[in-house]
Amino acid sequence: MFRKLAEVFGHGLKNRSFVIGGIISLLFFLVAFLSYFWTPYPVEDINIAERLLKPSTKYLLGTDHFGRDILSMLIKGARNSVIVAFVAIGIGLGCGVPLGLTAAAKKGWVNELIMRFNDFTFAFPSLISAIMITAILGPGSINSIIAIGIFNIPVFARVARGAALSIWKREFILAARSAGKGQFKISVEHILPNISSMLIVQATIQFALGILAEAGLSYLGLGTQPPMPSWGKMLNEAHTFMHFAPQLAIYPGAAIALTVMGLNLFGDGLRDVLDPKLRRSR
Amino acid sequence: MSRMRMKTIVTLIVLTLGITINASSVMAGKSSLNLGMVLEPPHLDPTAGAAAAIDEVVYANIFEGLTRIDKTGAVKPALASSWTVSEDKKTYTFTLRKGVKFHDGASFEAGDVVFSLDRARAKDSVNAQKALFKPIESVTSKDPNTVVVTLSQPTGSFLFNMGWGDAVIVDEKSAGKNKSHPVGTGPFKFSKWVKGDRIVMARNEGYWGTAAKLKTATIKIIPDPAAAVSAMMAGDIDAFANFPAPESLSQFKSDPRFKVVIGSTEGETILSTNNERGPFKKLKVRQAIAHALDRKAIIDGAMFGYGTPIGTHFAPHHPAYVDLISTHPYDLDKAKKLLAEAGYPDGFKGVIKLPPPPYARRGGEIVASQLRKIGIELEIIPVEWAQWLDQVFKKRDYDLTIVSHTEPMDIGIYARKDYYFAYDSPEFQGLMQKLAATVKTDARYKILGDAQRLISKNCVNGFMFQLAKHGVWNKKVQGLWENSPVQANDLTQVYWAD
Repeated sequence: MFRKLAEVFGHGLKNRSFVIGGIISLLFFLVAFLSYFWTPYPVEDINIAERLLKPSTKYLLGTDHFGRDILSMLIKGARNSVIVAFVAIGIGLGCGVPLGLTAAAKKGWVNELIMRFNDFTFAFPSLISAIMITAILGPGSINSIIAIGIFNIPVFARVARGAALSIWKREFILAARSAGKGQFKISVEHILPNISSMLIVQATIQFALGILAEAGLSYLGLGTQPPMPSWGKMLNEAHTFMHFAPQLAIYPGAAIALTVMGLNLFGDGLRDVLDPKLRRSR
Repeated sequence: MSRMRMKTIVTLIVLTLGITINASSVMAGKSSLNLGMVLEPPHLDPTAGAAAAIDEVVYANIFEGLTRIDKTGAVKPALASSWTVSEDKKTYTFTLRKGVKFHDGASFEAGDVVFSLDRARAKDSVNAQKALFKPIESVTSKDPNTVVVTLSQPTGSFLFNMGWGDAVIVDEKSAGKNKSHPVGTGPFKFSKWVKGDRIVMARNEGYWGTAAKLKTATIKIIPDPAAAVSAMMAGDIDAFANFPAPESLSQFKSDPRFKVVIGSTEGETILSTNNERGPFKKLKVRQAIAHALDRKAIIDGAMFGYGTPIGTHFAPHHPAYVDLISTHPYDLDKAKKLLAEAGYPDGFKGVIKLPPPPYARRGGEIVASQLRKIGIELEIIPVEWAQWLDQVFKKRDYDLTIVSHTEPMDIGIYARKDYYFAYDSPEFQGLMQKLAATVKTDARYKILGDAQRLISKNCVNGFMFQLAKHGVWNKKVQGLWENSPVQANDLTQVYWAD
């Protein structure tokens, strides 16, 4: 196991997008982790006297319209993005993969049922449906996690089913079946390990999309609620200040763009690294 | 002969062209106005809804009452040209204007007044301000131009009350359709309503009084403050009677095309408190909250400094106003002490529900941060207006909320024990009864002063600030109201200066 990881990592170092994306993503996670121990200033403290200050040595990125330190808000906002995206991926993986594996294993009407249900969910634009769900359940970060998570389920179900179907045709599965293993056992012991790399790649991409979706929902006021900062909410609050304090929108906007780009690059790189066929052709 | 004829024809052509050119230059913008508004009215019948946006479209423009309230807040004659009051102050005899017609051609007579007032005070009435009509005992028409209103008790503010948007006169035939197609007697006729976009009004050529100077007036609905800034900058909107984003006012101030007029409103912005719930039942807790509110920070942070601090529920520009700000000064130590005496030395948790306007959403964040300093942890729940009306206003399912009470002279709501503050004080109710029976101005002001002191002493709500009116309009637009003594965008005297 450890040797395999080291091998993947060794190949990865030769892949430019893996390295750049990895560094950005790592930074992002470190910043999010940092917020548990330290931020330059507490983000809940409103200090009207010091609002809309320009960047200085005291406030590295200046302050917002409530006099809060923007850098502190970005740091804590990173944590918020990580949590929402992480749990949403968890929901997607936890529900989607078993569904996909079942569909691939059972075939027949079970397959039809699961996949048509998937198509049905896919037919709705995900962000708009997420808005609908948060509108029904009420705004808040937990509800936005649920809303984003639900739309991760069909994505993972599809990837899992497609990959599993191609594995089911292999000889070693036939061997396992003739050895008397049941569908469930084969799915867990043989299929899952063989499709895990694809799932990991998909999870990285969905992670980036989750961050975007969370920012979108918070921008609309349906996601994270104050006083917890969120990048999307920072953008929303900045938009009436655009004409004279554009920095309020630029910082969170840049943070979102950079993080999503980093995670996407990392996802792309990871796919190239994990897929032996692609690796050889490059 | 033929040359003469040629000349005449040429002259005629030139004249005609000249006239056309003139006419079209008058048409180009000078006789129409685009007015921006943030909230779209749910419908256009002021006698059937509490939404301020309804009056902001139709008051004085489409509908008129017996009296009207002008830009200074004074009562002026409208459909009643004059009136006499009996000795016992209980009988009002209104003389109505002659030759007034509704927009659909129906003529206005005493019967319409009787119908409108009876409809508003009926049991099944959907009027949002039924209290205005409560003192009325009977309404009778003596002849087509005279109406006699008898009151059950002398009511000092009766003529003012009849000037509210909720007391406008409607025609029985068209009353049912006023929600979508309002028919009144005002200087503007309703022409169309494109939902979510605009409401268009055209000049009523057959108006009884001074005709409006504008030929058409369009009210554009722009809910997004950033879009409002762009629309003003691009010239799509000529005026915003109350600009939604106070932070952008400095930008308009520095632009020579615009005029920024900061006026007063009747909007007391308060931290409404549910007086029957948990810790908020205790006076000491409410006093602690009053001492923990830093009004200046709230006004600066939420309204960018536009707003006047208040210490009670009363408009500071009113002559009866009593300055009570210093009764509960910002004092965190005292607030903590009071909270400890009330039995909450470590504070407690609560919920604050915030409706959409920036004064509430931004103000709420600041209030939550200020109360956190004395240990009160507030969970912030943003709600839409419909939810707010249902959960907070109707069902009283809230601890704290922030809202601006924009009705004029509305201290009387504290006498309503079923109101959403759940403030039940026989002392205050007694004051209001005394007020209703008092007609003399001096005596009325004294009672109003006592009422202000009482709610301030009881800390019914957190009294924060009087909402300012941030008017932004094109420099050439004249005649818009600077202040808003009632919820209205009176366009009757608006014109373009050259």
